[in-house]
Amino acid sequence: MNPFNYQRATAPEEAIHAASVRDAKFLGGGTNLIDLMKDGVEHPATLIDINHLNLTQVVATPSGGAMIGALVRNSDLANHEMIRHNYPLLSHGLLSGASPQLRNMATTGGNLLQRTRCYYFMDTAFPACNKRNPGSGCAALNGFNRIHAILGASEACIATNPSDMNVAMAALDATIHVQGPKGKRTIPFADFHRLPGKTPETDTNLKPGELITAVELPAPKFARNSWYLKVRDRQSYAFALVAVAAGLEMDGTTIKSAGLALGGVAHKPWHSIEAEKSLSGATAGPEAFKKAADLALSGAKPFEHNAFKIELAKQSIVRALTLAAQGQQGAQA
Amino acid sequence: MSAPPCSPPSDYEEEILETELTPGDNEFSRRTFVKAAGILSAGVATGVPRIAAAENAQAAAATTPQKISVTLKVNGKSESLTLDTRTTLLDALREHLDLTGSKKGCDHGQCGACTVILDGRRVNSCLTLAAVANGAEITTIEGLAHGDDIDSLSPIQAAFFQHDAFQCGYCTPGQICSATALLEEQKHGTLSTVSFETGHTSNPQLTDDEIRERMSGNICRCAAYPNIVAAVRAAARSAQA
Repeated sequence: MNPFNYQRATAPEEAIHAASVRDAKFLGGGTNLIDLMKDGVEHPATLIDINHLNLTQVVATPSGGAMIGALVRNSDLANHEMIRHNYPLLSHGLLSGASPQLRNMATTGGNLLQRTRCYYFMDTAFPACNKRNPGSGCAALNGFNRIHAILGASEACIATNPSDMNVAMAALDATIHVQGPKGKRTIPFADFHRLPGKTPETDTNLKPGELITAVELPAPKFARNSWYLKVRDRQSYAFALVAVAAGLEMDGTTIKSAGLALGGVAHKPWHSIEAEKSLSGATAGPEAFKKAADLALSGAKPFEHNAFKIELAKQSIVRALTLAAQGQQGAQA
Repeated sequence: MSAPPCSPPSDYEEEILETELTPGDNEFSRRTFVKAAGILSAGVATGVPRIAAAENAQAAAATTPQKISVTLKVNGKSESLTLDTRTTLLDALREHLDLTGSKKGCDHGQCGACTVILDGRRVNSCLTLAAVANGAEITTIEGLAHGDDIDSLSPIQAAFFQHDAFQCGYCTPGQICSATALLEEQKHGTLSTVSFETGHTSNPQLTDDEIRERMSGNICRCAAYPNIVAAVRAAARSAQA
C-alpha cells in the first residue's frame, strides 16, 4: 500500500475542503477502498476519514418517504424499523450482500461507490483494463467473462456493478443527495451510475470533491409485495451472477405499479422502465411476468462465457415477481 | 492519474525497516521474504507486464510514510501507539500490542480470521485502519475469558471446546468473536437473508440455516462447520435458558 496522509473530518464542509488536494479520497467503512489500496488498484495520496460526520440517521420525510444518512451502516439500515416495515426490498437486498462483519462496516454512501469485482480490474498483474488504466484495453472482452455484463456494455469495458443495495434502491426510485465545493444538489438514482461508454474509468456522475450526504426514498409502494432474488455460485457471501429487485403495488390481482431492477448484468444497476410500464395495469401472473422479463432483457448481448445469464435473468425476473406477488408470507411455502 | 515524483521501491522498503523493525524482527524478515518471493513468482508467471504494473503502482505513491498517534482501548486496557497511517487494526494488535490471537488469513476481508468486536460490533480488523479505530473499544479473543483456567471461558469459547468446533484452530479466534457478536445481534432481533427466505422476519430464531448464514463471514478450511454450528446452537440455547 502506498503511503498516504490521513485526516479526520468533523463536518461535511471540512471534508469537502480537505478533498480539494490532489488524489484525495473520502474514507467511510473502507471495506472496498482499503482492499483495493492493498492490491495497488487505488493509491490515494490523502484519505479523509468521514466516519465522524453527523450523517448516521434514518428519518421520515414530510412526503412519507425516508432520508438515509450516507454513513448509516448497511447492517443498521437493513435492520432499521422503518426500512424493515416500509422498504423490506431494501432490507432483503442489503442482507443478501457481503458478510455480517462487512455489513457492520460498510456505509450507505460507500456502497453506492463500490467498484467492480471484474478480475482484470482487481488484479494489477493484468496490464489491460481501461477502468484501472485508461487506454490499456479490456482484458475481459475476449477473456474469461463469465461474471460480466450482458446489457449496456461497450468495447471499452464489460464490467458489472457489484452492489445489492444499489439494485434495491434503483427499483425503489431513490434520489441521492450530494454536497460539493459549489453547494448541494440531488441526483436521481438512474442518473447516478454510468454506463462505461468510452470512459469506463468513471463509475458515477459525481463531480470532483462531491460528498454523498444522504439517499432519499420516496413514500413506500411495495411494502407488502416485494422480493430480492440473488443468484450466485454459492448460497452466501458471494457476488451475484444475476440479482433481481422486484416490487409490486397491488390492487387485488391487478398490478397498479411496479419497480424492477437487475444486478450483475450491467455497469450500473439495470432499471427497466419498459418492463415496469408493461406490468402497470396487468394481471399478476406468468404471462405478464414473462413479458416483463423479455422487455428487461431486450438488447442483451452475451460474451463468450456468459450467455447463460440472459435466460437466467429472465427466469429470475419471473421468479422474483411471482414471490413478490405472493407477499412476504407467501415465501414460507 | 498524473505522474507524481517517483519514490523508488528501495526507499519504501527502508522506511518499513525503520518503522517496523523494533517490535518483531522475525515477523519483518518473514514478511519481506514472502513479499519478495511473491513478486518473483508473479514475474515468472506473467512476464514483464506484472513488473511494469508494480512499478506504476509504486510511482503513484506520492507521499512518504506518515505517522499518527492512536489510542485504542483493547480488552479494557488503554493503549497509545504511534503508527504508520497504513497500519490496519489487525497489524496494530498483532505487531504492536503482541495480541496475536486475531489471525491474518486472507488480509482482504474474505475469510473472517481477523474478526474482532469494535464498539460492540463484529468487524474485519484487516480492513479497518488503526487510525479509523482511534478511540474505539476493541475486544479480541484474548479478552473474552474472565480468567486463565478452563472454567473462565466465555459461553461461546466453552461451547467450541465442548463441541470440538475446530481442527487446526487458525480460524477459531475469528469464529468465536463472530459467534459472540452473533448472539448479541440476535438478542436485538436482527435479520438475515434467511429470515426473509423463510418468512420469519419478526424476531427470527437461530435455526441451523440462520446460524450458517450469520457465520458465513468466517471460513474454516478444515471444514469444521458441522461442529461450529453445533457449538453456536448450544451456546444460543443456553443463553436463552
